[in-house]
Amino acid sequence: MKKVEIITRTFKLDDIKAALSEIGIKGMTVSEVKGFGRQGGHKEVYRGAEYQVDFVVKVKIEVVVEDARVADVIGAASKAARTGQVGDGKIFVLPVEEVVRIRTGETGDAAI
Amino acid sequence: MNAADTAFVLICSALVMFMTPGLGLFYGGMVRSKNVLATIMQSFILVALMSVLWAVAGYTLAFGKDVGGVIGGLDFLFLNGVGMDATGGPVENIPHLAFMIFQCMFAVITPALITGAFAERMKFGGFLVFSALWLFLVYAPMAHWVWGKGWMAEMGALDFAGGAVVHMSSAAAALAATVVLGKRRGYGHAPFIPHNLPMTVLGAAILWFGWFGFNAGSALAADGFAANAFVTTHLAAATAALGWIFMEWRHSGKATTLGAASGAVAGLVAITPAAGFVTAMPALLIGLGGGVFCFLGVLLKNKLGYDDSLDVVGVHGVGGTWGAIATGLFASINKASGLFYGNPSQLWIQLASVAATWAFCFVASLILFKLVDATIGLRASEEEEVRGLDLSQHNETGYQA
Repeated sequence: MKKVEIITRTFKLDDIKAALSEIGIKGMTVSEVKGFGRQGGHKEVYRGAEYQVDFVVKVKIEVVVEDARVADVIGAASKAARTGQVGDGKIFVLPVEEVVRIRTGETGDAAI
Repeated sequence: MNAADTAFVLICSALVMFMTPGLGLFYGGMVRSKNVLATIMQSFILVALMSVLWAVAGYTLAFGKDVGGVIGGLDFLFLNGVGMDATGGPVENIPHLAFMIFQCMFAVITPALITGAFAERMKFGGFLVFSALWLFLVYAPMAHWVWGKGWMAEMGALDFAGGAVVHMSSAAAALAATVVLGKRRGYGHAPFIPHNLPMTVLGAAILWFGWFGFNAGSALAADGFAANAFVTTHLAAATAALGWIFMEWRHSGKATTLGAASGAVAGLVAITPAAGFVTAMPALLIGLGGGVFCFLGVLLKNKLGYDDSLDVVGVHGVGGTWGAIATGLFASINKASGLFYGNPSQLWIQLASVAATWAFCFVASLILFKLVDATIGLRASEEEEVRGLDLSQHNETGYQA
């Protein structure tokens, strides 16, 4: 089992959710995160005073899938999220040791 | 006594009361989220504290029988002799109690304006003691000098609804606060970004709404002067909001909602001393000047480097001063005339009252801040400031994670 973490532009969330639903992904965890990469921050101006805001707001989508489906998830998510501009984000794939469905006690692939 | 006038002044009193919690929202949105409650509290609790002090002794010090042009006598201590008819009051057409409570709301909002200068770093106890002392030793004398037949009134200074008494006085105290308290920790290198500008815009809208009571109500009658003050107030707020956003558009490339809200308030400040003495077209110019000059005043702070957290000096100091001078230029009704209407001496009188107000209020406030600082302390500790005043001063937080 693998966890796929997609960190990308917030306005792409709905597109990615739709793309993942289409390939049969039944659940995900979404959070709003801040960070920076090549895109860098942006400037904000309040009453004429300029502030450099280093952290850019992004959305993080976490999906846990069987090993065989990782490539499909990456394909669908990156297709939906790509704009071609700096700031499209990153996808991380991490090994998952165990999954437990709390209600039934099922484990492993059956619990995903 | 006149029933319509009485009804009007009572309703205006309620409108002015609403301004102070509105000011709390205006300020509250501009601070960081860890200080939102402490900032709103500083305005809200003054509605309570100042009202009690005003009824007990503040009113008589401002409006009691004049003692040497400097202060009111103790005739109305504990509201003694302030009753349901006009007896003892300054006007014949409304109950003395109606005049007292209308003035009470001015005494409430004026010290609340100062809180913007020391936002995000003041101890609650020190703030309460300072505000109480300031009401008796700065506000009451100022109100007496201008509206209680004191020396500024005798000199012929025009201040319809409080350019000097309310705005310059609070701005001078704000400047004194920045001198005594110093900057917030991290000022100049950490970003101090407003945490909730929708709250600030709502606060500005409540202020604009309440200001009709403030200025039109200052006519103390439901008459043509009240209507004139209502119109001049509204138009000045409008041109100031436009003036401010066009200035910042040129300066930093974008018009902002914070700029529109700040501009509207700047225009309301600027028209306050003039509202009952000028007509509608000059009010457009006074408002425009308020928006432009106050924007420049706020920029000046960034250059000079003092930490007036929410720009009390830039908005109320610059706007109040411009309004007082503009009254000396544009006054044309209500038995007043300014420079442009053939009376240059009015301008000199206005300038003298501006200088006297700044000097007295700054020095007196500086002494009071130092006194409270030396006794019970003004500034929150480093740890309290870093944790945020909501937790450290009030044991609560504005938002749950």
